[in-house]
Amino acid sequence: MTNIKRDKKPSDPCGVVQSSTDDGAKTDGVVIDCKIDELYYGTFKAVRDTAVPVNRNKITAFIGPSGCGKSTVLRCINRMNDLVRGFRFKGHVHFRGKDIYHPSVDPVAVRRYIGMVFQQPNPFAMSIYNNVAFGLRLNRYRGSVRDKVEEALTRAVLWEEVKDKLNKSGLSLSGGQQQRLCIARAIATQPEVLLMDEPASALDPIATMKVEELIRQLRRDYTIIIVTHNMQQASRVSDKTAFLYLGRLIEFNDTDQLFTRPREKQTEDYISGRFG
Amino acid sequence: MNDMTINQHSVQAPSAGDINPFAGVDFSELEKSLRRPRTLIDLLMSGLVAAMTLLALIPLFSVVWMLVWHGGQRLTLSIFTQLPPAPLEEGGGFGNAILGTLVMVALAALISIPFGILSAVFLAETGPQSRLASAVRFAAKVLTGFPSILAGVFAYGTLVLLMGGYSAIAGAVALFILMLPTIVLTAEDAIRMVPAKMREAAIGMGATTTQTVWMVLLPTALPGILTGVMLAVARAAGETAPLLFTALFSNYWLFGGGQVDLEQPTASLAVLIYNFAGMPFENQVSLAWVAALVLVSLVLVTNLIGQAFSRRQIHE
Repeated sequence: MTNIKRDKKPSDPCGVVQSSTDDGAKTDGVVIDCKIDELYYGTFKAVRDTAVPVNRNKITAFIGPSGCGKSTVLRCINRMNDLVRGFRFKGHVHFRGKDIYHPSVDPVAVRRYIGMVFQQPNPFAMSIYNNVAFGLRLNRYRGSVRDKVEEALTRAVLWEEVKDKLNKSGLSLSGGQQQRLCIARAIATQPEVLLMDEPASALDPIATMKVEELIRQLRRDYTIIIVTHNMQQASRVSDKTAFLYLGRLIEFNDTDQLFTRPREKQTEDYISGRFG
Repeated sequence: MNDMTINQHSVQAPSAGDINPFAGVDFSELEKSLRRPRTLIDLLMSGLVAAMTLLALIPLFSVVWMLVWHGGQRLTLSIFTQLPPAPLEEGGGFGNAILGTLVMVALAALISIPFGILSAVFLAETGPQSRLASAVRFAAKVLTGFPSILAGVFAYGTLVLLMGGYSAIAGAVALFILMLPTIVLTAEDAIRMVPAKMREAAIGMGATTTQTVWMVLLPTALPGILTGVMLAVARAAGETAPLLFTALFSNYWLFGGGQVDLEQPTASLAVLIYNFAGMPFENQVSLAWVAALVLVSLVLVTNLIGQAFSRRQIHE
């Protein structure tokens, strides 16, 4: 866990990495402060009036019915929405106090600090080894790539299953294994924050359980934001939960509070299954 | 609980015994019969389709059979090593024409492959919606159906007149014009076929557009791109018209005095066939047959390699 980022990036393009002494002081602080006033895809207003502060080393879950804007909010946090034509955004996303939408910030650099795991497992059409080594190579990592690959695969609880076939295509794995491979790929470069967009929705119950277990373990070293439409999953894995409905944040609270004593009527209706 | 079983029993019992559930079903309807028009038409149409497919094979196989029949006997090693004979001379070969074809196609490929793939990257990734992209796409589509003789006339009007003579370089440029659109369009398709989620994964990892292209898109699209390259190469190898105006023909080797000279008229298989097939000398005519057989084999091998690549793509 030596600071790999310093090896791979002599100059810090967006000035977001601070000294490690600072890290200690901020252990429980807000890593990401996301405040979306208005967000448009073309003329469609997808999200409004949503503010979610995300704490370090906590798992924050976004729940809500399909189309409520939870994935949209998630994709704002590492500027994946920049790829969408007609995307417009009013508000700010502060990553360690720095606005990542400031014109001077390079979105590519942002994504190296804020990694992402997608809904559909999406390994590259290359070997398992090269999939995990991808991010290290992007960053011109100078240390032992092999050690890092093993470390990432071990953390993703996949090493035992693939250690004898690292040269096989990543696409030859089962869906659940592919998703854990994608998680290994995302954590190999040790990002600060891990965004997970319904990481288990394409998986069967057993694979889902494994991925959930893995997410809980990763909390020690990463700040995780997970989008899920599965309320049980949110209550199982997350520390804090944000409930979104019709493109707006309805309620944000500690997970056990939100599920046992919701403040809002809409939240109560949703978690008790009356709509959505 | 007891009540329910009795109840169910009393409902089911009469239906099993008294009422035939299949009453009113005409079983003869279910049997296959040629007397019904729908069955008959189906059978006839299936037969027609199969027959047409067999017929379509006839031209291809008769051409190959004819070439083997006429050219196969003279297919010896000396064909590949000797120069074309003078009229009324016995023996000879067309090693210089094989070499000329290979060199000119290789030169054309050397220019058109990087050119084509990089343009395809622009069309598929950098600016797919831009006006430039739609203009290039339109031009490439027009060029794929371009009469090949016009490529020859163009290279003649520019390079041959400029350089003051026929040359292998002019021939290669004419072939390059023919190869480029095929490579651009197939490579663009191949890059577009890369699943969007892989592209997203790369960008989500913090890859720049260039890194996404070189590390993910091109390696994933490689089999498809190579298929297009092979198709273009196979087409260029068989072209005669563009070479007539540009490389013309030569009875000598491409390299004179130990060094390759690309600025002189150069022999090619296609032009050799064109020249020799019309000659009144038996030796030349039979050499033309052998040359045709060699050319077909070259094109066939290139196509097979291309297909092997595209099959690999499906399996991945």
